[in-house]
Amino acid sequence: MTAASSQTVLILGAASDIGLALARAYARGGARLILAARDARRLETDAADLRLRSQAEVRLVDFDVLDIAGAGAFLDGLGDLPDVAVSMVGLLGDQAASATDPLTADLVMRSNYNGPAAILGELAQRMEKRGSGILIGVSSVAGDRGRATNYVYGSAKAGFTAFLSGLRQRLQGTGVHVITVKPGFVDTRMTAGMPLPKPLTAQPAEVADAILRAQAKGRDVVYVRPVWLLVMTIIRLLPEAVFKRTRI
Amino acid sequence: MALTEQTQASLSGWGNFPRLRDARVLRARGEAEMRAAIAQERSLIARGNGRSYGDPAMGSRATLSLLPSDRLMAFDADSGVLTCEAGVMLADILDVFVPRGWFVPVTPGTKFVTVGGAIASNVHGKNHHGAGSFGNHVESLTLALADGRVVRCSPQENADLFAATCGGMGLTGVIVSASFRLMRIETAYIRQETHHAANLETVMAMFEANQAWTYSVAWIDCLARGPDLGRSLLYLGEHARADELPAGNGQPLVLPPKATRRVPIDFPAFALNRWSVRAFNALYYRRAQAGGSLIDYDSYFYPLDAILEWNRIYGRPGFLQFQCVLPKATAAAGLRLLLDRVARSGRASFLAVLKLLGKQDGLLSFPMEGYTLALDFPADTGTLGLMLELDAITADHGGRPYLAKDSRCGATLVRQGYPHLGEFQSIRARVDPTGKFSSLQSERLGL
Repeated sequence: MTAASSQTVLILGAASDIGLALARAYARGGARLILAARDARRLETDAADLRLRSQAEVRLVDFDVLDIAGAGAFLDGLGDLPDVAVSMVGLLGDQAASATDPLTADLVMRSNYNGPAAILGELAQRMEKRGSGILIGVSSVAGDRGRATNYVYGSAKAGFTAFLSGLRQRLQGTGVHVITVKPGFVDTRMTAGMPLPKPLTAQPAEVADAILRAQAKGRDVVYVRPVWLLVMTIIRLLPEAVFKRTRI
Repeated sequence: MALTEQTQASLSGWGNFPRLRDARVLRARGEAEMRAAIAQERSLIARGNGRSYGDPAMGSRATLSLLPSDRLMAFDADSGVLTCEAGVMLADILDVFVPRGWFVPVTPGTKFVTVGGAIASNVHGKNHHGAGSFGNHVESLTLALADGRVVRCSPQENADLFAATCGGMGLTGVIVSASFRLMRIETAYIRQETHHAANLETVMAMFEANQAWTYSVAWIDCLARGPDLGRSLLYLGEHARADELPAGNGQPLVLPPKATRRVPIDFPAFALNRWSVRAFNALYYRRAQAGGSLIDYDSYFYPLDAILEWNRIYGRPGFLQFQCVLPKATAAAGLRLLLDRVARSGRASFLAVLKLLGKQDGLLSFPMEGYTLALDFPADTGTLGLMLELDAITADHGGRPYLAKDSRCGATLVRQGYPHLGEFQSIRARVDPTGKFSSLQSERLGL
């Protein structure tokens, strides 16, 4: 299913449900893994599982996406530059709180845009110099149009999507490829308690498979469930005067 | 500790009957989250992959899904002892360990059960006469109790709690993790022999005569009547040795990838009736080739798993499974009555399976030395009536129902059939005095 064997894959935000599903999928393909998360010791049971299941080489490293100044030092500390780096980092936050409290909104913005963009930007510099690499940013369909229910999160993801798009264009022809992944609804702890429509909701393992497939096929932008492309295209095309009156 | 919680519009077991509306389902990844759920809830029951047929893995207040607790923890390649979290499925274990030459010691007819579920139901397989139940292969387990403690249980340590937990339907606590022995295999294939048995007496004699085989199971045509009553196909199996495979198979432990099919819709009710099933059964019996063959373990143990969501062929109302075990002394007479009653009812059962079981184990475990018969029926009022009659035959012959398959039997049958129930209840009362761990089934049956 994948050409991931013997690659080194760095997963940023590996403690998330999708991050762990992705780690399993890459390990199955024979990749060496670097799992980066806040307090990475939490992932020791998962690392043991990956080593047992797939006899994978797994390293755990502490990583704080908000520490933008430390991004370079973090990468220096890894030793060799990974072949593939995936940013799974994100924070949905609470829209009501984000709408009323600037500091809550700021944390959502930094977690979904400033931080991921900074670390991927730093990785891009180094991969460009090396002349090879794959950068995968997990963004969101929420970034396709700002909506009342999650516009703080959505705007940060919109920024991240634009960043990835620009980075991809800049790196064209350098041997470094950038992939944007838009999962749509995913059945994870981040969305727990939300009433998600089943046909639009993916499982974490499904997102992981979509990411590996996108890498194998050299895709640029991926909607995990293709129906999301249709849904978001319609939502994007609605004239603002109409859209603002809807409850979409 | 933020526990993820979802309200599901409808929750049910594999038989899709009964359904619990607006069920609260919590999900636990690892011991800390399990303990948090136990502390927070007044009443709950653990749930694995929902393959028990009826209502044992549904809580009226809360159900704790252990599917996120699916991590392998340790494996000792010398002893074959695997330690894993309770939510790991047998399918995952087989995927990982068959290519390394190991197999699960006991498996039910689906690999989509979790280790925790296999222990809580103390499942048996086609090798029960030789290998016993799943619990017989568990070296130790950790159990999260109602008071928040996590204790280790094994045949040596907290032995009574261990005996109550194997087959205890999740009522002693939440199984956090378990260590159990895998068995060595040389290939991923089973050497199978198929024998035709013209009637019940013949198939029972064949079971007795073939106890040296590791695996044995019979498919019964439960619509055959009169002199054909109990007409069946007996399947015997052994793990194939490497030298039994055709020459040139360089990877005897690896199976070629296989497609799975999915039942796309719920079947309409008219699709299954006595005529369609009778025609299928007659064809199936005649078409079966007697003699030996080599088949991959997946097709041998899990023929139905290849059709995902096969339970949907019974349609929206779901289905009921009747499974009982009768002691050896009364089995011949009892089975005759059961089969005769089913055949006369004309109610269609695709799946009719007969199996010889070995010794009794555990307190609330299903197996006892004797014969077990399993039958599927569409869920409707006619079936419920028929099953009450089958219950009465079971009770008259000193048999018991299988709690993992049950969704509707009565407390009296269970009290009569499970002589160690009192002992089980006193252990449960000691570790869970308020009855925090309870399911729709335990409330229904007064377990």
